[in-house]
Amino acid sequence: MQRHLISAADLTRDDAVLILDTAEEMARVADRPIKKLPTLRGRTVVNLFFEDSTRTRISFEAAEKRLSADVINFTAKGSSVSKGESLKDTAQTLEAMGVDAVVIRHGASGAPYRLATSGWIDAAVINAGDGTHQHPTQALLDAFTMRRRLVGRDAGLGQDLAGKRITLVGDVLHSRVARSNVDLLHTLGADVTLVAPPTLVPVGIESWPCEVAYDLDGTLPKSDAVMLLRVQRERMNAAFFPTEREYSRRYGLDGDRMARMPEHAIVMHPGPMVRGMEITAEVADSDRCTAVEQVSNGVSIRMAVLYLLLGGNEPAITHTRPSNERSIPADEEK
Amino acid sequence: MSKILIRGAKVLGGEPQDVLIDGETIAAVGSGLSDEGAQVVEADGKVLLPGLVDLHTHLREPGREDSETVLTGTRAAASGGYTSVFAMANTFPVADTAGVVEQVYRLGQEHGYCDVQPIGAVTVGLEGRKLAELGAMHESAAGVTVFSDDGKCVDDAVIMRRALEYVKAFGGVVAQHAQEPRLTEGAQMNEGIVSAELGLGGWPAVAEESIIARDVLLAEHVSSRVHICHLSTAGSVEIVRWAKSRGIDVTAEVTPHHLLLTDELVRTYDPVYKVNPPLRTERDVLALREALADGTIDIVATDHAPHPHEDKDCEWAAAAMGMVGLETALSVVQQTMVDSGLLDWAAVAERMSFAPARIGRATGHGRPVSAGEPANLTLVDPAYRGAVDPAGFASRSRNTPYEGRELPGRVTYTWLRGRATLVDGKLA
Repeated sequence: MQRHLISAADLTRDDAVLILDTAEEMARVADRPIKKLPTLRGRTVVNLFFEDSTRTRISFEAAEKRLSADVINFTAKGSSVSKGESLKDTAQTLEAMGVDAVVIRHGASGAPYRLATSGWIDAAVINAGDGTHQHPTQALLDAFTMRRRLVGRDAGLGQDLAGKRITLVGDVLHSRVARSNVDLLHTLGADVTLVAPPTLVPVGIESWPCEVAYDLDGTLPKSDAVMLLRVQRERMNAAFFPTEREYSRRYGLDGDRMARMPEHAIVMHPGPMVRGMEITAEVADSDRCTAVEQVSNGVSIRMAVLYLLLGGNEPAITHTRPSNERSIPADEEK
Repeated sequence: MSKILIRGAKVLGGEPQDVLIDGETIAAVGSGLSDEGAQVVEADGKVLLPGLVDLHTHLREPGREDSETVLTGTRAAASGGYTSVFAMANTFPVADTAGVVEQVYRLGQEHGYCDVQPIGAVTVGLEGRKLAELGAMHESAAGVTVFSDDGKCVDDAVIMRRALEYVKAFGGVVAQHAQEPRLTEGAQMNEGIVSAELGLGGWPAVAEESIIARDVLLAEHVSSRVHICHLSTAGSVEIVRWAKSRGIDVTAEVTPHHLLLTDELVRTYDPVYKVNPPLRTERDVLALREALADGTIDIVATDHAPHPHEDKDCEWAAAAMGMVGLETALSVVQQTMVDSGLLDWAAVAERMSFAPARIGRATGHGRPVSAGEPANLTLVDPAYRGAVDPAGFASRSRNTPYEGRELPGRVTYTWLRGRATLVDGKLA
């Protein structure tokens, strides 16, 4: 693993499995009466959010606090950024305050990559979603959820998702979740199919390691998991599809469609869900829908990532984890 | 003004010859020339070209003097071997009146590093709605003949038609920045495999090609000439080739960066590679080189676009589009076209001096290297190899995509009407 987590495509299979396994260990912490590890005590993590995303920010914050890190929350709104300060100056200001890691959410694709590679700062950079590019911890928590449900909580340890058939439905064009998931699921051996109206499929998708289909009904019976991507209503104003109702009829998941999925198959959603658009309430509230589970898994995954990126760089650090833990491979940076 | 004897230069890449400059003109070209009073420039192994002419330069003055001025821009031009540059109209205020174009023209004359020929805006404020006073700009001291809204496309078909027609009265030409605006809303890079992966808004080739197709048909319909700026796609080449085969009076330019760089570089998210039109694919690059070789593309133009450091030292989406190019253009052309065997030096002279001067009606530029002609000359050392170091640029801006890249060739001397503006690689 590298010093930063920018893209799911940067993870090897072993990196990803290590993160998932570590997340299982972290999940056990959540079952304790005191949900806290001293691992990152004395280390400072800043959540640098240039886009509103309460759920992702809270998830990272919970993960950081459970690892005993000092947490600084920085949101662009009302800050110096809104007065014209550049990303570079903001990041350098924060680092000057002694930050060990920057968790960044930014509306511009590539902003975390720039932060990590431009020599602006030395801190570790974790991408919490950049534009329409990547959202690697989302992909990891999705893979974690799939492994638990489709392979098993204990049986899954050390395993990948070889042979699992995963279908992602919705606005692929504008989705960083789709890009991250395609990369990670491919690395983990799953077979990925993207389903969307052709207007919401990017030109140039032919190089992605996945299948593309326009017909949802044909894909459902061959899916072990169906993940719905949020579709923003305003897309119909830009002629990506005619109306909300037509989108819903052709690509929304309702009870009838869910019934066509194999019995073991799960329904996933990264949230926030637009009920009545891409998913009906019946499906969203069913046992097969893992949306709420994904949220709690998100905390475990983010704990694992923070631990491996920050804790793993300092082997001398004292912590409560068993001594047979795996250490971070010292791969060179790409 | 004194005499200069350039000894043993390969004139347009041919056999070594001597060239004697007397005052502002070339006095003689031949073997074994001598003149006791002349200052001698030994040019063994060097190539002598007519002074280069850039039909597409952004000098930024007035308005963005933090990125470039007429002085710094023309010094950069002289460093790159240019004796004439056409300054684009997208300044602040826009060069859409006789007053602004005359100011830019006079600044060029005052500084004396390189002739500056202002380009006039086609429409008032580059807004694409109302024709600017094209005739007044032509009749001004600046004598504008090239009109362009560069940076923006004249996308309204009627305005474009009228402009093409109107400038015929005084032999003008409209240079189109071909970019269909609706197809490029939010565009950040070439639309294709790389943009799909990077999640950056796509700038599809069709947005350029559809405008070029429309404009060559309009030019045919109203019997006007039209010039296409910074052509960047293989499809655009096909359209221009077709138009020329039909006898349509179209000329086209390609930038050095589109001859060398591809959108793969955008994977770095380094905005130094952000430019409009965007870097395209390997296939496009090869098609552009072939088209420049076979004459489908008439000229190389730099689209020299200076930007201050802070406008590039940021995230991709926030960065300005454009690259400086005057000081590296000839080296990139040597690497991509000469060293690759696609063009000889005489053909380079055609594409970087003769043809751009013809298209822009640049009097006294793009003339043969022969007795009696104005002494606008460029001496190149094609054997030079070196890494590009932006710290040495004469331009006020450093936004080059070639930093640290080894490029061949180096301009050692530039003469503007007999006066050296560049001496042994250093500005005079």
